[in-house]
Parts: sequence; C-alpha cells; structure tokens
Amino acid sequence: MQSVITPITQLEATALKVREHIVRMSTDGGCFVGASLSAADLIVYLYADFLNINPNNLDDPNRDYLFLSKGHDVPALYGTFAELGILEKARLKNHLSLDDHIYWHPNTHIPGIEFHSGSLGHLPSVAIGVAMDIKIRGGKNKVVCIMGDGELNEGTCWEATLVANAHKLDNLIFVIDRNHFQANMPTEELIPLEPLQDKFTAFGAAVKRIDGHSFEALQEAFSAYPFETGKLNVVIADTVRGKGLPSIERRADRWFCNFNTEEVESLLKELHGEHLTNLTSETLVVR
Amino acid sequence: MSYEELLTQTALADDHFIVMTAENRALVRNIPGKLGNRFIDTGITEQTMIGAAAGLALRGRIPVVHALASFLTMRAFEFVRTDAGIPDLPIKLSSFIPGFLSDGNGPTHQAVEDISLMRGIPNMTVFAPADEQDLVMMLPEIWKHPHPSYVRINTRKTDYQHSPFKLGKAEIISRGEDVTILTYGLLFEQALIAVEILKNEGLSVGLINLRSLKPVDEQAILRATRDSALTITLEDHFVTGGLYSIVAEVLLKHCQTAKVIPMALKDKWFKPSLLPNVLAHEGFTGKQIAEKILGYNTNAYQPEMSIPQFSE
Repeated sequence: MQSVITPITQLEATALKVREHIVRMSTDGGCFVGASLSAADLIVYLYADFLNINPNNLDDPNRDYLFLSKGHDVPALYGTFAELGILEKARLKNHLSLDDHIYWHPNTHIPGIEFHSGSLGHLPSVAIGVAMDIKIRGGKNKVVCIMGDGELNEGTCWEATLVANAHKLDNLIFVIDRNHFQANMPTEELIPLEPLQDKFTAFGAAVKRIDGHSFEALQEAFSAYPFETGKLNVVIADTVRGKGLPSIERRADRWFCNFNTEEVESLLKELHGEHLTNLTSETLVVR
Repeated sequence: MSYEELLTQTALADDHFIVMTAENRALVRNIPGKLGNRFIDTGITEQTMIGAAAGLALRGRIPVVHALASFLTMRAFEFVRTDAGIPDLPIKLSSFIPGFLSDGNGPTHQAVEDISLMRGIPNMTVFAPADEQDLVMMLPEIWKHPHPSYVRINTRKTDYQHSPFKLGKAEIISRGEDVTILTYGLLFEQALIAVEILKNEGLSVGLINLRSLKPVDEQAILRATRDSALTITLEDHFVTGGLYSIVAEVLLKHCQTAKVIPMALKDKWFKPSLLPNVLAHEGFTGKQIAEKILGYNTNAYQPEMSIPQFSE
C-alpha cells in the first residue's frame, strides 16, 4: 500500500474476496449490497495501490486520507480492510451485532475510518478541510472522497466542488461511483446527471472518466495525479450496481438486500461464475 | 479589547487556530492580512464551511467559524449536529447578529430559536455574553475547552464591570427576595435598567447574567427561584426551548416549584426595525420590563439606546 503498482491479478483476487465478504454481510438483517458491489473495485484499488496508508501505523501524519461519503457501500470497505489487515476478519461476523460497531454506515470505531458518514453530501466538505490543512502545512498527503452518483443530488456536493476549486485543492480527488442508480431507480429517470463530466469541468475541476471495474483503467487514471496543477481532481468511475452478481446487476429493486442462507450460499458460487441464483427473498427494502 | 483584537491575538499566539467565515467578514475585517492562510473564506456556504471545519479539526486545528446566526444554526444545522456534534470536535461557532441584534433584517435573519437548537446537540456547549466585555472575558475559556461551542456574539458596550468567567457558572449581579430576573445576552443591558426602576419602587431585586446556557448553572437557578417570590426569564428568543425551558427543566429535575414568568417571543417573529425601535415595539426596554413586573406605569427614565454599528 505504498503507491507501488500492484499486479492486476492480485487486485482482482482481493476484489473477489471483498465481494464474498459483502455477500456474507447481506443476510441476518442485510446490507446495501448493490452499492457495495459497484464500489468494491474502486475501494480495493485505492487502498491496495494508490493510497499511502500503512495498516500498522494508521495515525501516520504523512498518510493519505479516504472519505467514504456515500457511506452505505461500507461493506466494501469492511471487506477491503479485512483483506488488507486493517480490520480483523473475525469482526466481519459481528455485522449488526450490539457487541461491535460494524453497521450500515461508516464510523470511527473501525480502525482506518477517518470520519463517519451516512448523511449524503457531507464528506466532500470534510475532505476539503483536511486537504486545506495539508496545503497550509505544506504536506504531500493525498485526500480521496468517494461519492455516489445519487449523492450528487445533494447541493453540498456542488458547493464543495466550487469551494475546492476556489481554494486550488489539487491534493483532493472526488471519485464518483457512477453506477447509474439511486436508491429506487436509474439516476437518469429521476434527476438526470449527464453530461456529468461536462458539469464537473464547468465547475473548474480536472476530470477523468473511466471504467470503474477495470484495474488497468484505474491505475492509468490515478497515475496522472495531480491531473492539473491548482485544480480539484475528479474521477467519474462508470460502474455497475450489483457488479459480480448477474442475478442482481442493474436491478432497481436490489439496492438493499437481506438474503436467506441458501441464497447467500448460491450467490457465493455465482460470484465465481457458476450459475445464476434463484432469488426468492423480499426485494426492495428501503432503509 | 474587541472581539477581533482578541481573536487576532489568540490566533497569532497559537497556530492551532484557523479563522473561517462564510463570507461574513464584519467581525474579522482585518484578520486576513494578519493570519495569511490560516484565514479561510469559503464563500456563502455555511454547510461546506462547517464540514471543512470538521476536516481541519480532524487534523488538530481549532476552527473559529463565522456566519450570520440564523444561517449558521439553521441552514447548516445538520452539518453542525453531524460533523461537529457527533465526533465532538472543537469547532467554535461565532454567531453574528443573533436574536434582536438582526434588527432591521426581517424574519429570515432572526435567530430566535438558536439556543433551543444548539443546546439540543450532544457535546455542544452554548454561551451568550451580556456585552463586549463579557464576551471577551468568556472566549478564552470557551476556545480552549475541547468541545464544540456556540457563542451568541454580542459586541455591544455597557458600563457594567463583569466578574471573571467560569464555564458553567452564572454571574450573580444581585440577589433579591421579591423578584429575580434571569437573563442572557443583549437584554442584560435592559435588565440593569429594569432593576434600578424596581429598586426605586421599593422592591428587593435580584439579577443573574446566565452567560453559560449549556452547561447551565443549576445551583444559581435553584437558589434564585427559592429565595425570590417571583422569577422572570428574560430573553430575545422564542419562549420554547430557551431560558424559560431551561429553568423549567432544572426545577423539574430537582423537584422544586417556583413562580416563573417568561418574557420572550411568544411563538412569533419580531417586527423588523432599528434595534431601539424593536425593543420598544416588542416590550423589551428596561422600563417596559420593570412596569410589566410592577403591574403599573412609572415616571422612570428610559435611557436612549445606541444603534448597532453594523448589520448585514
């Protein structure tokens, strides 16, 4: 995790394990499985390759920062932390247990989580404050904030984009998990976002748009950091909600899922390309 | 010393301090040139300013943030609650023109529920200085307290010489057996006038400047309500959630009863005008306060009130 180029096969193997963790967390109460699967490759790539974060020294003042603003994709973060040795794997079994802090949104009881989230449109501004302080101190730390595309409905995301550009925060990267869905329906059917790249460009950011499931594309895009001196970096990562599980991919009704035990076992096999799962559990559960 | 002088001196002496504003520069006009990159203006973005303050606080800074009271407490409420309150970060809110101090601006700018909102946030502390001297006495302790704070900024000058500030302690100006006025902020100035009138009418009058509304000085409230036949809560705030509510909560908690009459805004915004006109129209001049307590008119003199230096 020291900004070295990680072999693609290794990233893919880690991402597969993270997806297994996500599926295992999508029962006994469930979780936001669709959004977690779309963000899984982004989160794995950032922690395993791009960010300078040492699991043995999480308080290192020279560390990079990641803020997960969309929040409900936190199972992907828990899974990544478990695979990278930041969080004990055994704790993942405590999902929704009163004895731990592994719940539906990020919180700072989990090592490596810098700030809690859940209320959309907050962490772009928190990330701005951290990036500002790094600039004031002359530090080299990078600051990444992952936002959902549905989250972009919140005005504070755009307010933050204006402010980040005004303050020339080229040490800050907004990563948009562009999975084309918000809670209940495709983004373009509710609050259309396209042309999204043009919007961020018009707001003054230096923008790259890539396939958010291609580790080659991620490595190429992020290797160009900082994209332009004095400009906020934005990466629009086109992703697929539910990526890795064809039986729920791009399905509006599979945002929050609480699968039964048989479904989980079948979905774990589906992740490995074995077969589609016959899902009988309740579909849309809006949290 | 003025607010701006104190803030400048504090921030220059301790580089943990960052001065922020959502383009409300009335209190910090000269600070940009003195503080360089530790002065941050985020533009008219109260929410983003609070979020950014949280990020700065995560990195060990103490952000002192400025915005008009109504936008700081209401536009940005959820950011204050979520990004300052939940993580218990030392973000210091300086709220400009709270209560009647918004004088001619109109109801959009009237923060008359700010005490209620801010004290409802866990970890938040809430303060309301009586005048500029009180403000400058309070701030050093508030700024070094490692929790979020909300201060109703009041830079008006009075002739009163305040005693040293202790967080969570009220300032007991006088004790009385007939009536005690509990107040905070701007109306302290009028309460002093009311007390003189009441004394001239032969009453034994107490006056308490609450200063710290959260934590509140429960013992001061319990003693005043016990020792005085009548207690008045006087505030430029809605009657709901402010000092009247605080006193009720304290009395109930300690199983004590008392005769308490609120002088506050009763479920309505106030008529916008210049500050002296607002007070007179709403019945909050010292003379009006005294006469309401007495139940009859007097020939007492109501001193003229100065008009605030700035409004936005």
